[in-house]
Amino acid sequence: MTLPCLLAGLYLGLVESPIDYQQKDTVRIMYVHVPAAWMAMFGYSTLAIASAIALIWKHPLADLAGKAAAPIGAGFTVIALATGSLWGKPTWGTWWVWDARLTSVVVLLFLYLGYMALWNAFEQPQRAARAAAVLALVGIVNLPIIKFSVDWWNTLHQPASISRIGTPAIDPAMLTPLLLMGIAYLGLFLLMLLLRMRVELAERRVLALQLARSRAGETV
Amino acid sequence: MAEFFEMGGYAAYIWPAYGVAAGVIVGLFIWSWRGLAKAQRAEAALGPRERRRTPKIERA
Repeated sequence: MTLPCLLAGLYLGLVESPIDYQQKDTVRIMYVHVPAAWMAMFGYSTLAIASAIALIWKHPLADLAGKAAAPIGAGFTVIALATGSLWGKPTWGTWWVWDARLTSVVVLLFLYLGYMALWNAFEQPQRAARAAAVLALVGIVNLPIIKFSVDWWNTLHQPASISRIGTPAIDPAMLTPLLLMGIAYLGLFLLMLLLRMRVELAERRVLALQLARSRAGETV
Repeated sequence: MAEFFEMGGYAAYIWPAYGVAAGVIVGLFIWSWRGLAKAQRAEAALGPRERRRTPKIERA
């Protein structure tokens, strides 16, 4: 599912898709940039929902799901920022501006990094999980800021072209590869999330074994 | 073919963008696979010995 979408999306995006009359070929950066930004926000939603479940119902897997999602979301945020910068230089004439959209995405990256840093800052995993989950929930206010930053403030970044209800302001020849890449990115995100949860589970089992062993050593 | 790679003169921006995206995604996968293999090795090293002498831990 992921691979066919990725290949078809890449082919349509790089070869078939027409060039934009203003942006020329640089519009092809859209196919790696926009889905990365979607996944950056989707990843944070996953993180926040997992944190809420962890705080409210104390489900042990929820903590792990949040911990597993964080580096993936951070990775997609880095992709969105880097490809956006590479897109901004030829179209806006600058690598970077501190406008609302770009700044709020940098804040998103720091939320991810802060979340991961908190996990590593505590000796006891339970306390680390709690602190990180609280940060994740506080940081969720940033998501609507990112989403609506292009409408609330004057910014160089263009407003959303897809989510306009009914009529997307984008040609099907560009929309198709964009959506295919979106599905492919989502598939990659989910595959990576499962893989990272397996890593976190295995690491937790190792910790538990080590703990049991040292306790057994004390009591024997 | 060469025309395709030139990307209308924007090759210097487009290919690095695709490269960064591929690099980060592949990097995350490799990092995770390595982490999983490492944890599984550690588990295998700890596991069997532990099972034999898991005593009932009584409160002292």
